[in-house]
Amino acid sequence: MNKNKIIELKKIANDIRKESLLMIYKAQSGHPGGSLSEADILAALYSYKLRIDAKKPLWAERDRFVLSKGHASPGYYVTLAMKGFFPKKELESYRKINGLLQGHPELNIPGVDYAGGSLGQGVAFANGIALAGKLDKKSYKVYVLIGDGESQEGVVWEASMAAAFYKLDNLAYILDKNQVQQTGTTKEVMDIGNAAEKWLAFGFNVIEINGHDVEQIVDALDKADSVKGKPTMIIANTVKGKGVSFMELNHKFHGKAPNDEEFKKAMEELNKVRFD
Amino acid sequence: MAGIVKEEKGKIATRDGYGKGLVIAGKKNKDVVALDADLSDSTRSEMFKKEFPDRFFSMGIAEQDMIGTAAGLAVSGKIPYASSFAIFGLRAFELTRNIIARNKINVKIAGSHAGLFTGEDGKSAQAIEDIAAYRALPNFVVIQPADAIEAEKAVLALLDYKGPSYMRLLRSPLPIINDEDYKFEIGNGVVLKKGNDAVIFATGTMVHESLKAAEELKKENIDIYVANIHTIKPIDKNLIINLAKKTNCVITAEDHNIIGGLGSAVAEVLSENCPCLLKRIGMQDKYGESGKPDELYEKYGLNAESIVNVVKNTIKLKKIK
Repeated sequence: MNKNKIIELKKIANDIRKESLLMIYKAQSGHPGGSLSEADILAALYSYKLRIDAKKPLWAERDRFVLSKGHASPGYYVTLAMKGFFPKKELESYRKINGLLQGHPELNIPGVDYAGGSLGQGVAFANGIALAGKLDKKSYKVYVLIGDGESQEGVVWEASMAAAFYKLDNLAYILDKNQVQQTGTTKEVMDIGNAAEKWLAFGFNVIEINGHDVEQIVDALDKADSVKGKPTMIIANTVKGKGVSFMELNHKFHGKAPNDEEFKKAMEELNKVRFD
Repeated sequence: MAGIVKEEKGKIATRDGYGKGLVIAGKKNKDVVALDADLSDSTRSEMFKKEFPDRFFSMGIAEQDMIGTAAGLAVSGKIPYASSFAIFGLRAFELTRNIIARNKINVKIAGSHAGLFTGEDGKSAQAIEDIAAYRALPNFVVIQPADAIEAEKAVLALLDYKGPSYMRLLRSPLPIINDEDYKFEIGNGVVLKKGNDAVIFATGTMVHESLKAAEELKKENIDIYVANIHTIKPIDKNLIINLAKKTNCVITAEDHNIIGGLGSAVAEVLSENCPCLLKRIGMQDKYGESGKPDELYEKYGLNAESIVNVVKNTIKLKKIK
């Protein structure tokens, strides 16, 4: 991939971080940590990989994206607005009464394929979309973003078993392995252990990357295309709160909005990011 | 009917009607798919599997995954029927709530082996909370067929209905009370017997017990209405109000906890529209045990004899009033 595209994706990721924090700050409610850790992955998916058309959000041939970790909705909403699925002005409706952008994604929001909010469930749901694609011999692909804390839910493993059993090579899970969940680090709360070995044992094609390196993300997404007969798991090693020093790996910012001072400081840091 | 159906003296289980209906639905519409959690021989979704192996998904013993996957298939244009035992479907209740009900997704859930009618398997399998649970979900339709023909017709009615539904199925064989040309309509109760002394609103097995009770009562010159309430949600308000006003003596009968099921649904309609005497027959907020269905029905007050007593006592109360 050429340098300009890489720089473009990096800029988009940084914009996702800034706009997400702005939304959460304005609403004084929401989940900053996960939105910051997923930003590079969303940039690579939406501005490089996904075959989508914002003018036709329900296009039958579109690639599907399932945000299983639905609380990371700010980053997702910003991404959809940037792609033109709805006007950017709608970002102001986040978490407000009568607003389009509910606390967790809903299916009536243009571009949203899965209504998350309860962890683990999107994985099973995505399997269903992939199975239907196989049944109808469609060429679309299904991408699912899962959290490492989320992977403590049993249904993630039920679904992983089924995805391998049904040889869903039109399906890729992406683990936003940001190391932190609501009450502490995943190691403290419930260590999921060696994620790569686990999904390998479940029958996945496993690719492990730095989830903040857009080049590596793009590369992994492309590699997943060439694997036949099994689903892919991209383990993206990330940092919760990435880009804002005092939010990084700090579980206090899993679901807490920044105050005036914190917001100002965060934006100062994100405005200083260089892309070369 | 396929070879796996066991007929017992002309009786057929509603789960057999479900399997038969699924095959017909599958022939009518190529988008119909079925999922099961390693109980397809028991739920009879196996009949569909034999006919359409490529459209049947074995999900393993993983009900949560089955429900989530069914929803994903549905939003991709498929018409999924997902079955397990009634009690195990409840294991996936929160997925059913958060994916299917919340988004009005067109998934048809079926739960077999509901109630004490399941018999020997005992408490662990005898779901007596399922109607209450699904009834509490916005956007859900809740149906319990009373015979195999009704079950078959309900499967086909749901094929034409777009939205979430739960169908409660039963293990043991039951007599057939409907004709082959019976027209099933979601939400419309069916009056099977008329008589102004009282009315029994019954569902599932209890329709049969109520009909037997009505025969017994007739010998003592007590004439009652028996209505089959196959759709517990949306409940047939008009029929309930109408027959309550005619008789001023209402009895409900269900093989389910008296909390949250048909009895509660009828009580809600009556108390808001025409308060009147009501007695709820069902599990009195307790669990069952192993045994033959008829033994259990006798012990837990669900058989015709118990119904006869309840009806007589309730009519007495009406006269005192």
